[in-house]
Amino acid sequence: MWAPSWPAAESGSLPWERNLRRIIYDIGGGILKDRPFKAVQTGGPSGGCVPESLLDLPVDFEKLTEAGSMMGSGGMIVMDDRTCMVNVARYFLGFLVEESCGKCVPCREGLKQMLAMYDQILEGTADPGILDRIEALSAGMQLGSLCELGKSAPNPVLSTLRYFREEYEAHVLHKSCPAGVCRDLTAFEIIEDACNGCHNCYRACPADAITGKPKKMHTIHLDKCISCGACYDACPTEAVRFFPKIEIKEEAACPQ
Amino acid sequence: MPAVTIDGKTVQVREGATVLEAARAAGADIPTLCNHEALEPWGGCRLCLVDVTRKEWDGWCKMVVSCMYPVEDGLIVHTRTERVNATRKVVLDLLLARCPETPLIQKLAAEYGVEETSYVPNPAPTDCILCGLCTRVCDHIGVSAISSVDRGAGREIAPPFNAPPPDCIGCLACAEICPTDCIPFKTSDTKRTIWGKDFEMQRCPKCGRAHITKAQATYYAGRGGVPESYFEMCDSCKRLQQAETFASLAAPR
Repeated sequence: MWAPSWPAAESGSLPWERNLRRIIYDIGGGILKDRPFKAVQTGGPSGGCVPESLLDLPVDFEKLTEAGSMMGSGGMIVMDDRTCMVNVARYFLGFLVEESCGKCVPCREGLKQMLAMYDQILEGTADPGILDRIEALSAGMQLGSLCELGKSAPNPVLSTLRYFREEYEAHVLHKSCPAGVCRDLTAFEIIEDACNGCHNCYRACPADAITGKPKKMHTIHLDKCISCGACYDACPTEAVRFFPKIEIKEEAACPQ
Repeated sequence: MPAVTIDGKTVQVREGATVLEAARAAGADIPTLCNHEALEPWGGCRLCLVDVTRKEWDGWCKMVVSCMYPVEDGLIVHTRTERVNATRKVVLDLLLARCPETPLIQKLAAEYGVEETSYVPNPAPTDCILCGLCTRVCDHIGVSAISSVDRGAGREIAPPFNAPPPDCIGCLACAEICPTDCIPFKTSDTKRTIWGKDFEMQRCPKCGRAHITKAQATYYAGRGGVPESYFEMCDSCKRLQQAETFASLAAPR
């Protein structure tokens, strides 16, 4: 049974010997709204994320393990371009830290520290050496943990680091989230020429940060904006754009 | 007797011994925190990791905790490979982040080149490394007054409901076995306090020393099928009394 979750369109069951592309596109019906494919996470929380370049990978135990993921529970999460891979890894770590029984040191303390390091990356407070520390800790957890939970817990970390390293570097070195997901690093604005005044963003905003009358240009007020991206998803004309929050701070720093 | 090779040195050890025992017999220095000779091995601290292999494994080796791995004839053990040292270093680095002020952890971490933790130090430093020795010794005595509570990052050692434990007999085994001395207790001539519970002391009728709690005497008497009065006198006075008895028996009539 394969049941790709959103944003793949359909779900179903199928025999073995299929590759990822056939499951996602032929059986799952592709990505909702025809957005670009970014990654597929297989095997549940301790599995890994497989990138587009490996879409033709046959779905079997060995091949998925070689790719840094696993068969695991057989679960499959398809992700589109509006997914931040650092954030995804943080999400799975959040699950694993609660699942850890806490008997052995590498899993109990390691997951706690891993989560803290990811929070630093997502907040934009991480230093450039953090990726090396994450890799060293992952190796220690894989070799040192008592059971398979701790041994496989670094999978979401290492697979995203392996295939999406540039996204990590954007977070750590440039304090920007290329997918526009990480709230502390992302700001949103409305492009004047593209806004048709449909008022959808105004209705979608949970923080009352958007002003504008119907059929008129709308504006996002950054002092109220919580960077949730609801306006971005609601806009039918792609008039909402995101950009690194750090650019605002830089503008504020130099008065031109 | 199985013969195992530890870092190139072959030693013979008793059947059923662990790799840790064999390694120590061969003079290898393996750090441990959760291991105690009086208790069953537990494998929680992960410090005693070693690489094991066999001739017929063609260079393939696996990492195991030596405290739990039984010896077998022809086993080849490497206690200081690069990856063993690296993993122990990660474990000690993590423990130092948890217990930044604990001398034992500071000393062990320094031995593996960690002077300062590379992780986020614990905002509320503790001395407890969660090695589980206290709860295991309490189980071993048969009392099980304390246990680990919660799981994962929230794990801690506590009596039930964080209240004075009804089953505790105040024997101090948990405090004595703790490698970081982090279980506080107080003993005076009349009273002992541990885990928030007060115990009345049994004083030796001969030397007057407060040597045992009354709850301990009751518990031991029940378990051992001996009268409680047997535990009134302290062990040294009992031995002295025995010696005197023997001396009087041996004396010429």
